[in-house]
Amino acid sequence: MSTPTPETAVLVLEDGTVHRGRPYGARGTTLGEAVFTTGMTGYQETLTDPSYARQIVVQTAPHIGNTGVNSEDAESRAIWVAGYVVRDAARRPSNWRSERTLDEELAAHGVVGIQDVDTRAITRALRTEGSMKAGIFSGADAQRPETELLDEVRSQHSMAGARLAETVTAEAAYVVEPADHGWEGEPIATVAALDLGIKAATPRHLAARGIRVHVLPADADFAAIRAVQPDGVFLSNGPGDPATADEQVAVLRQVLDAGLPYFGICFGNQIFGRALGFGTYKLPFGHRGPNQPVMDKATGRVEITSQNHGFAVDAPLGEVVEAPEARYGRVEVSHWSLNDQVVEGLRLLDRPAFSVQFHPEAAAGPHDSLGLFDRFAQALAERRAGTAASATTEGA
Amino acid sequence: MPKRTDLKSVLVIGSGPIVIGQAAEFDYSGTQAIRVLKEEGVRVVLVNSNPATIMTDPELADATYVEPITPEVVAKIIEKERPDAVLPTLGGQTALNTAIALDRDGVLERFGVELIGANIAAIELGENREKFKGVVERSGGESARSHIVHTMDEALAAVEDLKYPVVVRPSFTMGGLGSGMAYDEVDLRRICGAGLQYSPTSEVLLEESILGWKEYELEMMRDRNDNVVVVCSIENVDPVGVHTGDSITVAPAMTLTDREYQKLRDISINVIREVGVDTGGCNIQFAVNPEDGRVVVIEMNPRVSRSSALASKATGFAIAKIATKLALGYTMDEIPNDITRKTPASFEPVLDYVVVKVPRFAFEKFPAADPTLTTTMKSVGEAMAIGRNFTEALQKALRSLEQKGSELAFDRDADPAALLEQARTATTHRLTQTQQALYAGATLEQAFEATRIDPWFLDQFMLVNEIADEIRTAPQLDEAVLRRAKRHGFSDAQIGSLRHMDAAVVRGVRHALGVRPVYKTVDTCAAEFEAFTPYRYSSYDRETEVQPHEKESVVILGSGPNRIGQGIEFDYSCVHATLALREAGYETVMVNCNPETVSTDYDISDRLYFEPLTLEDVLEVIAAEEASGGVAGVFVQLGGQTPLKLAQQLEDAGVPVLGTSPVAIDLAEHRGEFARVLDDAGLIAPKNGTAVSFEDAKRVADEIGYPVLVRPSYVLGGRGMEIVYTEEALAHYVRHATEITPSQPMLVDRFLEDAIEIDVDALYDGTELYLGGVMEHIEEAGIHSGDSACVLPPVTLGPDVLERVRTATEKIAAGVGVRGLINIQFALASDVLYVIEANPRASRTVPFVSKATGVQLAKAAALIGMGWTLADLRAEGRIPSDYDGGALPLGASVAVKEAVLPFTRFRTAEGRVVDSLLGPEMRSTGEVMGIDKHFDTAFAKSQAAAGGPLPTEGRVFVSVANRDKRTVVGLAKRLVDLGFDIVSTGGTAEVLRRNGVPAEVVVKIAAATDADGAGTVLEQLHAGRVDLVLNTPSGGEARTDGYEIRAAATSLGVPVITTTAEFAACLQAIEAMRTYEWSVTSLQEHEVRLADAVAEARA
Repeated sequence: MSTPTPETAVLVLEDGTVHRGRPYGARGTTLGEAVFTTGMTGYQETLTDPSYARQIVVQTAPHIGNTGVNSEDAESRAIWVAGYVVRDAARRPSNWRSERTLDEELAAHGVVGIQDVDTRAITRALRTEGSMKAGIFSGADAQRPETELLDEVRSQHSMAGARLAETVTAEAAYVVEPADHGWEGEPIATVAALDLGIKAATPRHLAARGIRVHVLPADADFAAIRAVQPDGVFLSNGPGDPATADEQVAVLRQVLDAGLPYFGICFGNQIFGRALGFGTYKLPFGHRGPNQPVMDKATGRVEITSQNHGFAVDAPLGEVVEAPEARYGRVEVSHWSLNDQVVEGLRLLDRPAFSVQFHPEAAAGPHDSLGLFDRFAQALAERRAGTAASATTEGA
Repeated sequence: MPKRTDLKSVLVIGSGPIVIGQAAEFDYSGTQAIRVLKEEGVRVVLVNSNPATIMTDPELADATYVEPITPEVVAKIIEKERPDAVLPTLGGQTALNTAIALDRDGVLERFGVELIGANIAAIELGENREKFKGVVERSGGESARSHIVHTMDEALAAVEDLKYPVVVRPSFTMGGLGSGMAYDEVDLRRICGAGLQYSPTSEVLLEESILGWKEYELEMMRDRNDNVVVVCSIENVDPVGVHTGDSITVAPAMTLTDREYQKLRDISINVIREVGVDTGGCNIQFAVNPEDGRVVVIEMNPRVSRSSALASKATGFAIAKIATKLALGYTMDEIPNDITRKTPASFEPVLDYVVVKVPRFAFEKFPAADPTLTTTMKSVGEAMAIGRNFTEALQKALRSLEQKGSELAFDRDADPAALLEQARTATTHRLTQTQQALYAGATLEQAFEATRIDPWFLDQFMLVNEIADEIRTAPQLDEAVLRRAKRHGFSDAQIGSLRHMDAAVVRGVRHALGVRPVYKTVDTCAAEFEAFTPYRYSSYDRETEVQPHEKESVVILGSGPNRIGQGIEFDYSCVHATLALREAGYETVMVNCNPETVSTDYDISDRLYFEPLTLEDVLEVIAAEEASGGVAGVFVQLGGQTPLKLAQQLEDAGVPVLGTSPVAIDLAEHRGEFARVLDDAGLIAPKNGTAVSFEDAKRVADEIGYPVLVRPSYVLGGRGMEIVYTEEALAHYVRHATEITPSQPMLVDRFLEDAIEIDVDALYDGTELYLGGVMEHIEEAGIHSGDSACVLPPVTLGPDVLERVRTATEKIAAGVGVRGLINIQFALASDVLYVIEANPRASRTVPFVSKATGVQLAKAAALIGMGWTLADLRAEGRIPSDYDGGALPLGASVAVKEAVLPFTRFRTAEGRVVDSLLGPEMRSTGEVMGIDKHFDTAFAKSQAAAGGPLPTEGRVFVSVANRDKRTVVGLAKRLVDLGFDIVSTGGTAEVLRRNGVPAEVVVKIAAATDADGAGTVLEQLHAGRVDLVLNTPSGGEARTDGYEIRAAATSLGVPVITTTAEFAACLQAIEAMRTYEWSVTSLQEHEVRLADAVAEARA
């Protein structure tokens, strides 16, 4: 037996670094922003998280694909990553729920990946240089001259200024019913959830608390929101630069002006920040992983959170301030990262509106912050009780 | 929440001697704890009976009590020291049990001492299986169905419900002692019967079998603000059924989806809160059914454990250190992560590498023991390896074991069916049997059916097998083949054997092609943040993280996995050398692969390489250090045989060996050359010769006369050493000793009967000798020095003998050419001093001698290796200026070292304990020290620390061999005078009665009329009517009788003495215990006492 010349794949980074490995998933070319994530479990959730749209995800955990792919753990209808970089791809998955291999799944979704590269070296470069434009080239494209590949990598658009929510959102509205998620009895409230790249876990957690969730496309206007008669509004996570989300910022201001309770996650936190008049900025290499410590100001306790964000809100830590958009009253940074003091949550003191930058819905990641869904459910219940009370009063 | 200011003084309880299930990991955790407490300005009081620990170094704690860890003794320490609090969670089950007893006895309350880092209610919830089941339920988890039983009848009834097989687990024992799997009623009666005895509460849990499920462990931390984090997940390659300490384990978990992992995490957090773990570490074990993902909680440990040490080394998250800070009142977000400096400890480490831990066993020491792995832990040590993938880590871990047959091998002609049949039973060979069965053609499905090892792991074995074939069949050993082989952990030696080449040739080709490892960093965060701690591991990957260094590095090679004969004592010397060298301004590099040890704590050396100690791996580390700033040299004399056997090859490869040269090392090992050294010095050895065949050996034995002591050369711990009385026995020995080759011949020595054995540790700088200490063995020569009790200073040797010992030591050290430590064993027979052997390296007794005399020998040796002289050391105050350990003044304290033996751990296939006889092959796992003003009380302390105090009244069974009958009369007489009753058999009883010593006669077991031994001493033993056994072995029938008696006594925990010499010492101790109140003295006080004695002698 002679060793066949293995098929190659090439990862090219904006700074000119080239990593040669073997193809994983589909063959071809893909471009995107290279980012790393430190999760040791949950690659299926990561791949199907729409927030990773247009990003080439580097997995720091070396063994990927060990538990295969199943039909339960996908967080959305597609794989969104632009490309996938792993060190040791599993040959044979092993898990009682596994239905197919990750290699097959990536190929079926046309996701170009690379395996057998020094993912730690790449991660260290991204940590030092910041997230970079990158490309993976396999099949015939792997044979092209490196300079040509590098030119192609550099010519792609930057993530800063990218407007992507509209590309990943659901085409049509749909409803997630509490009864389908173990809730017995009448729903306690209705929420309009703007899908900017929503993960399936979010409506699931809301529904499990008795909340009927109307998931609306990213371009839904306030009228569309009002049409579902919500007790509150939710803005999801999603990809891209929050500075491009002026429409959602405008819609959210209408929501707040209407006094509706609000809860936002990730992109929904950045839009909330912008709606309140704060700025947002791009982090050097972002926070992506399931082990991020966050201080919850309300409890004084540390929560280990799942995070996936490249942008953050620029708001002052430690004190309660007047929102720059003064009509929203007092605002505080409710959560912050203990690693680097980045804003991880905002809360209005005078209105039932709050948001977090991290992912309480986890999937993948720890469940430490599930209580936020209860907080929102309570705000909705109060709102409904208040409305009912005022309706009764009006009626009397 | 900041630190509490009301804790000014804390008592730390250590874990005592190294035993199976409780080993060096608690020295690692305890040492971290003490350092943290000191940094926080707390006065630290320590109790630990184990002198071979770093934690008992007198400069660490403020008051260090090397005293037995019993509630009574610790109460005395509390009474004397009046600490504000006791920290019991870093000293294993021993410390925790002691704390529970102190609380129960009201000692803590009486002296107003608070328990920190633990609360009794939580411990009981965690350890009481019935209550814990409730906890698990309330936490949303499930337990295996089970019944608690207190009698055999209850056990039989419970099995009606649970069905066989059932798991038997005694409550409140450590390391799973006494537990096992019962497949039928015979098993149940045996295992459960013993379990009821082991459990201090006579309580045993019987449980439904979850055999074959996947097994996981989560290491957790909680602070007083209720922040909880998972430090590490660990997956066992061996499915449920093998104790986790005996399993091959992997971190992080490899075959869980996020949903499954988060379920384990959620349950763990709920359990830790429900149990109410105060602050600190705890671990929780789970079983997951591979068929449907059903999760069962197996157990939790509400304290720092062996797994915590592994998790700390695997992640870089210093569990013990942080647990100690949490006990002082800090919360995790207030404690910085040492490695990243900028981020807090309140996070969960993520790994971008794979860690594999493999256990090391010592079944070769106990040929009668059943090697089946069960839920009772049997391994004596472990090796850990880090790689960028599983195959790399696994193969590194396997070669770290330094055991023949532990590495993966590739034989097409093996019988796959036979191998899988063997692999059905879990033994130390299961992994290689499975891999080889797959190589020989078994399918993954067949392998899974036989072993229940997860298919993902089986596929990894197949991957290794495929690469082995690629290596074997490649037209040439080119870069691509080598890179692929190396990427999956193949050593040069493995590649060489696949291609019929020498490993050195493979290395040459590999270097020529530029295929070299890089070194990555263990940083807790998968490179998300910059790491400031050079804790490194090799991998065949692209980018290296070794930074340039300005000073040349001094490399210290550690001792690898703990094993019988090479344990924590050697790690102690390595750590001491490192500390001394750093203090003196040298830049140190540690290479080791043992996760339990202090040496592999990342802040002991300037740089830590967590690597196997093979020539290949060591040379690559040295090359990396050389390339990044130069290497001054390497120390091979501190870590025992493991590094020592690399000495010559390292020097051949151009690496400077510091201290005693490889030539000198070889000279001491080489019979002929060493004989010349002795000749030149006018010294004699017992007559001896070397042999490479039976004919050779017979000729030597005939010449020098039987009995002879036979052994292979280059071994530690008396491996394969036997006393042979006849030619027949000699033939048997040669047939069974496989490791005899012309380059490694067997040694045949005249055995000196009834000689006194003397052990010496000394320093030599090329011109001058410092005698570190002279130890007199309690047992006569013939018992391995590691298993023998010894006393320092000698208590029955005259000054002229000591002077002869000193002169002989100096001549040998000079003749061999020692630069550093040398250990010499002498035997004194008929007033002739024989030299038994000399080892020009740090010995097992270095820590004991250092603790007993207050002089740090290993530190001094390291500096001598760097060119210091004894005069320099004296000038720096590192050794005394006007006396040495061979001339201690009369007022100096007397220290006794006693060995601790693991006989209760090992059962024969029939379920009986193995024989507890001592011999020339070492079997002890650890040691304790008793130190006091005089020998008698010091010896009493050593016995109490080693296995429980000697009885001061009651009944003693006495049965001795003919040669001991003269001696026994006086001893027995003394016993009777002290009020003991004597029970004896035939011959011995007759001798005693003729000499006027009353003795009750029982029939010999061989003559007993029924199987239970009615009317024999067995009956009395089982009835609890015997408090001490003296049984000296002789050949023939008495030997079987003796075995029965010793086995019964051992399994019942009745002290067994097998030599009259030790029995005489016991008598002295018993008298002392009846005469004096037990007093506790710290090492610091002993040092003052010594200084006073020296001053007095001077005056």
